[in-house]
Amino acid sequence: MFLTYIYRELRRRHRQAILTSLGLALGICLVVVVSATAGGVRNAQTQVLHTLYGVGTDITVSQNATQGSGGPAQFGMNPGSPDQQGQRFSRDRINSTSGLALISDKKVTSIANLNGVSAAVGGLTLSSIHMSGHFAQVTGGTSGPPAGQFGGSVTSTATPSQAPIKIDAFSIAGVDVADQSIGPLSSATITSGRTFSMSETDAKVVVVDSGYAKQNSLAVGDTMKIGGVKFTVIGVSKSASADANVYMPLQRAQTLADEKGKVNQVYVKATSATLITQVKKAIKATVPGATVTTAQDLANQVSGSLSSASKLANQLGKWLAIAALVAAIAVASLLMLSAVGRRVREFGTLKALGWRSRRIVSQVLGEALAMGVAGGIAGIGLGYAGAQLISRLSPSLQATVANAGFPRGGATTFGGSPGGAGPSSAMRGFAHTVTVNLHAVVSPALLAVAIALAIGGALIAGALGGWRAARLSPADALRRVD
Amino acid sequence: MLYELHDVSKRYDQSKKQVVALNGIDLTIAEGEFLAIQGSTGSGKTTLLQMLGALDGPTAGSVLFEGQDLAKMTERQLSRLRSNAFGFVFQAFNLIPTLTAQENVETALVPLRISATERAERARSALAEVGLAERGAHVPAELSGGEQQRVGIARALVHNPRVILADEPSGNLDERTRDEIISLLENLWRERDQTIILVTHDSHIAARASRRLWLDAGAVADPNIAGEPVPPEELVPSPV
Ligand SMILES: Nc1ncnc2c1ncn2[C@@H]1O[C@H](COP(=O)(O)OP(=O)(O)OP(=O)(O)O)[C@@H](O)[C@H]1O
Ligand SMILES: [Mg+2]
Repeated sequence: MFLTYIYRELRRRHRQAILTSLGLALGICLVVVVSATAGGVRNAQTQVLHTLYGVGTDITVSQNATQGSGGPAQFGMNPGSPDQQGQRFSRDRINSTSGLALISDKKVTSIANLNGVSAAVGGLTLSSIHMSGHFAQVTGGTSGPPAGQFGGSVTSTATPSQAPIKIDAFSIAGVDVADQSIGPLSSATITSGRTFSMSETDAKVVVVDSGYAKQNSLAVGDTMKIGGVKFTVIGVSKSASADANVYMPLQRAQTLADEKGKVNQVYVKATSATLITQVKKAIKATVPGATVTTAQDLANQVSGSLSSASKLANQLGKWLAIAALVAAIAVASLLMLSAVGRRVREFGTLKALGWRSRRIVSQVLGEALAMGVAGGIAGIGLGYAGAQLISRLSPSLQATVANAGFPRGGATTFGGSPGGAGPSSAMRGFAHTVTVNLHAVVSPALLAVAIALAIGGALIAGALGGWRAARLSPADALRRVD
Repeated sequence: MLYELHDVSKRYDQSKKQVVALNGIDLTIAEGEFLAIQGSTGSGKTTLLQMLGALDGPTAGSVLFEGQDLAKMTERQLSRLRSNAFGFVFQAFNLIPTLTAQENVETALVPLRISATERAERARSALAEVGLAERGAHVPAELSGGEQQRVGIARALVHNPRVILADEPSGNLDERTRDEIISLLENLWRERDQTIILVTHDSHIAARASRRLWLDAGAVADPNIAGEPVPPEELVPSPV
């Protein structure tokens, strides 16, 4: 009788029942789509962090340089004497990445020994700048036009007042070959050749980033000269973040920069994600003044369309979904109340037949529940389709991490003033941009939440209707003329 | 005594004015009576019937059913009383429009918590009793007014109530159907000794009752003063 009655009532008021279910369905659909998108954005963020940071790396440690150390590349480009004017020059500078202080190897060992740290490796990032050209014909003052900015490996024609200067700048990352699961190469994939073997601690071998390799027509087996030393290219790597143009064994990099036993980056892996904040504190105590960057810190620095999408999904999307859900429940409640309002005499009759209020309320709730389940299923269907559509369209999102607090490898933004005293701008870690595709993820937990919301919403509507039905005295209900 | 009413009054306090629907009614009703309650419109007939059916309580006085004061009963006890002891027949039939005739009759058995098969069986025989054995599967909209009221009567008697309370059961029907419906009720009274309390405007119907009661402005009145002309031979003295 209970079910028959529910079924008959819903069939009689099928338009209203469909409307109520559809309203709930739309609300649920939005919740599913928004949550799935937000989940997708979170996945994309994780993906970005992995590409930027290396899958294994949880924390990076660096130390800001004090004024003067590391520092801007200085080229003596002012001719010392008038007779040098117009002569050819060629300068090669290899410096530890500016803005980063050098950290002793010993600190890396103490970090590795900290509680909660499963591994720590040091890395040394260098910038190599090669300039060649002719000394300027200086006729008057010493200052040239404003500084130009160059990113990556650049060949540029300098100011018209000067003869062409060829600038070739690239970044080098010294990699601890003993543990490559963390550190700069952990986020890269080798596209040809191989990576360093454990024994190549001081070998004159390099892995070249695919972009740089293409630009300079380098392939596995080729050789390249860095700081006057010949290196053999053993592999080409591809990394979304292009951490460095050239990777070499750490010891080699130290030799090249003449910084024995020194690193400027420490890559740390925690034993568990929950320990990361604790480890961060411990590292700060071990290396006073260090910049300790966790994946979470990095995530907060991510900008670009990915972070906009994440904001959109988390804020606008959330409120939109909540608003839609509230509206759906409100509409369902109103429809329910009006439906019950038209059945007052019916319920009065049932009370006269000895039906208890409870039974009548459960009847109304049963009807609401049926609409809620229908709405929930329809909403999940619609939401799933929506999520599918988003995944099909798979919009690409850009994530940019631009922060000096996380300088990695390719430090190639600099200003060059040919007029002497040295460029004013320090070399800094440049912005990493990563492109990921958004895939909306619909999890079973999300579906369960959606069903629960639909049923909960329907029950709220049903409870309101039931309360209205139960509250009437049978005598009043029977007097009602509809 | 089935019913004892002592000085029963019912006032409706509305914002504008107070309505006295019942005003000091003393009344006893015995088992097996066929009581007709008459009176002009607004005289309190429906209000009185609702008191007798435990749908509403008096604002003063007491209504005793089989010696029990209805005002002292809990909601739960009242529901049980309604489902066991009373059978209502309404002027507008009050069938559930979405349910079939069979299911409508069964609604009166739902509170009794009997098995579905027994419920169906009893509803079927109640429908047969009112001559609608063949129409059980029809919804109210597919039945004539007279047939709908037969379903209403089947619903009122299916649980063997102590008393059937009918509020103008033929008020919405034409004369011929009216006679059928009243005959149906009268037969229940004659053949089964079913107690029937029936509210009506109609003196012809009232004439078939075992006893008639006049209400005027909420009080039991002498029909001679009550205004509505009634043929003297139809008057039955009121044994109040
Ligand atoms: N809920 C209520 N609120 C206010 N007044 C009411 C209410 N119910 C009934 N009344 C009043 O009580 C009086 C008696 O009403 P009742 O329905 O009992 O009359 P009745 O004799 O059944 O009339 P009718 O023959 O027209 O059905 C009327 O004046 C009516 O207006
Ligand atoms: Mg009435």
